[in-house]
Amino acid sequence: MEQSIIFSGFGGQGALFAGQLLTYAAVDAGMHVTWIPSYGPEMRGGTAHCTVVIGDEPIGSPLVRNPDMAVAMNLPSTDKYEPLVRPGGLLVVNASLVQRPPAREDIETIAPPANAMAVAQGQVRLANVVLLGALLAARELMPLAVVERALAAHLPERHQHLLAANIAALHAGARFVRAQVQAAR
Amino acid sequence: MTKTLWKGNEALAEAALRAGAEAYFGYPITPQTELLEYMARRMPELGLAFLQAESEVGAINMVYGAACAGVRAMTSSSSPGVSLMQEGLSYIAGSEVPAVIVDIMRGGPGLGNIQPSQGDYFQMVKSAGHGDFHAIVLAPATIQEGVDLMYESFELAFRYRTLVTLLADGSLGQMMEPVEMPPFKSWPAQRPSWALTGAKDRDPRIISSLHLGAEHLEALNLHLQEKLGGIARQETRYETLYAEDADYLLVAFGTVGRIGRSVVRQARAAGLKAGLFRPISLWPFPEAALDALADQVKGVLVVEMNAGQMLEDVQRIVRNRVPVQFYGRMGGSIPLPDEILPALQGLQPTPRQQNGRRPRQVPA
Amino acid sequence: MAIAPAPPHLAPPLASASAPAPTLQVIYERPEAMTEASTHYCPGCTHGIIHRLVAEVVDEMGVRERTISVAPVGCAVLAYQYFNVDGCEAAHGRAPAMATGLKRVLPDHIIFTYQGDGDLASIGGNEILHACARGEKITVIFVNNAVYGMTGGQMAPTTLPGMVTTSSPYGRDVLTQGGPIHITEMLAMMPGVAYAVRRSMHSPAEIRKTKKAIRKAFEAQQRGLGLGLVEVLSSCPTNWRMTATESLDFIRDSMIPVYPLGDFKVHSELVG
Repeated sequence: MEQSIIFSGFGGQGALFAGQLLTYAAVDAGMHVTWIPSYGPEMRGGTAHCTVVIGDEPIGSPLVRNPDMAVAMNLPSTDKYEPLVRPGGLLVVNASLVQRPPAREDIETIAPPANAMAVAQGQVRLANVVLLGALLAARELMPLAVVERALAAHLPERHQHLLAANIAALHAGARFVRAQVQAAR
Repeated sequence: MTKTLWKGNEALAEAALRAGAEAYFGYPITPQTELLEYMARRMPELGLAFLQAESEVGAINMVYGAACAGVRAMTSSSSPGVSLMQEGLSYIAGSEVPAVIVDIMRGGPGLGNIQPSQGDYFQMVKSAGHGDFHAIVLAPATIQEGVDLMYESFELAFRYRTLVTLLADGSLGQMMEPVEMPPFKSWPAQRPSWALTGAKDRDPRIISSLHLGAEHLEALNLHLQEKLGGIARQETRYETLYAEDADYLLVAFGTVGRIGRSVVRQARAAGLKAGLFRPISLWPFPEAALDALADQVKGVLVVEMNAGQMLEDVQRIVRNRVPVQFYGRMGGSIPLPDEILPALQGLQPTPRQQNGRRPRQVPA
Repeated sequence: MAIAPAPPHLAPPLASASAPAPTLQVIYERPEAMTEASTHYCPGCTHGIIHRLVAEVVDEMGVRERTISVAPVGCAVLAYQYFNVDGCEAAHGRAPAMATGLKRVLPDHIIFTYQGDGDLASIGGNEILHACARGEKITVIFVNNAVYGMTGGQMAPTTLPGMVTTSSPYGRDVLTQGGPIHITEMLAMMPGVAYAVRRSMHSPAEIRKTKKAIRKAFEAQQRGLGLGLVEVLSSCPTNWRMTATESLDFIRDSMIPVYPLGDFKVHSELVG
């Protein structure tokens, strides 16, 4: 059983790191996993995306055309990946930057206002972790605690002082989804 | 042992150090630069020789010099940089010193782009420089396999006094996967009997690829060919998946080879008896294994991230016994399973073709 | 490479058992750092003497057993046959890179390159420039005879203005073919260079000065001061279409005015 997730956003939004975080957590959970980035000549700016494939046997293709899940941190990413998500799949949209309604009814869409939620945790840069928390609440890839440990282990040294804020952002994203589910009942 | 997550380029660098690399000379070029940067950080810690050269030409000739001292020396680059290194590769081959080269391929020809490609198959497998020689060319499909092959590379290079190349596309260098790192390998302190160590209590040793007499140079070439023949008999590597009873065979190397695993699984699920043949050593090419499979299967599909380079070897080995078709992507596009699967399924004869007509071969 | 036997008049005199031994004294012998091979150099060429100077210096410094030579492509392509030290043969112009590789893994060894003007100043310009910039602890013997000798007398970057060569048959036209490169002056500007001088082979007095300079260039390496470079103005009677003595006069009268002899960089620890 393989699950594929694409993370996409503007360069600097942390899409690649959100994917790496999930990948580190998958390694810690003993899963097979690949992380593959898009890469361009520029060091900053432009759009960036990465693909994570998690499975219980060695991963064949590290790239997929139709991911099971996509995390779109801005409008161009939403426009690009919403049509590509596999039917029955999940799209996590950053509602702070994407105001338009979902275009598809055959996939599940959740849209936390990630920038605003990140600012509430002290840093707009935490939006990527908010969205990852939302993803993990909507699809049980692994327990949040595994990601918390991955954050502690792999947050770069210069960002370690933001560890508590990152963990809070992760849970804020997850709470948003759980609240939506409860409201729907 | 636990697995840790590594970026491809950095994993290859660490594996080279654990394999016993003592000297690295390189020049920055995307998409392999992280390998050089990793060496720049790590080698001084270990008391080893790291130098950023003025060019790839400089780098390979520094490798050549260090290798003459019997030291485990290496470099890494990407396609246009490897083109510049061809001079040194030929000299290294001609003077039979061991060296390890990593080529993290990008798109060409020319400056091309920095996206993944397999366009260096000809360059590394067929013609790594002027004159008659081959490097051992190893093509990993995963980061773990890259680490394992790198771990063996200096042993191969020293056993045969030859060039060993690790050939991977840019995506392998840039991606991340869990890896089990091997322990540091121990090597004898004694340098080989041919190494330049200073003519103390012995006659001078000379390392040169210059042989002005025709008989001398022919003798050297015959010796090289005999050595390469021995390598060809001993050092072929490949992997198969579901090949035992396959009717249709997918042949692919490196990243496309691993994608091929997904494709044949999907093909089997869809009822097609498909199998994968993935050469790991591109030189020597695993000819005998593919030759045997060509007697068994009904069709072969070669998929590469180039215009059909390994295809020429596959065609040569299959010898028209069954149709050989090709699907290739260039310019940095990685072929996805949903593109390859229809091409594989297309190897099956249509009902009309079953009435005596052979499938048309796609021109390479 | 076939080595011709030495002509009879050059054969060593037979020692006489009856001669009174005490009066005999060795005043000239082959340096230990040279092999017994006869060189392939043309009559009147000064390469052989420069080889000897290098070998004498290696012997006098007592470093033969840890010296490694790096030969160029050019007339001195077989230099490794003549030096009785470990040696290797570089690609055209790449000797400084190869020497860098050797020195970085054998820091206690003495590594020298022996390069001509086409090799060092033309195709190998980048390699020597960056070896100098890095201050590689190597010694570079740069033999400038203003012409590509081995390939038959083509124009080199150091060919004099107006000089006729097989590839400048109307004389070197500096407007279209460029002017002479004063590479030693250029390289002397690099901070990593400890010693950069130009000497000549046109007279016994100049040859003695050349040897002193070679000694300093090796000392610069041994003392870890940086790269030592000696440019040696050398003759090429064959390609200059001159006799041996005419070619020595040509160095004095035509080359030195363009390539003045002198010290362009001498590390303070090498002064004197």
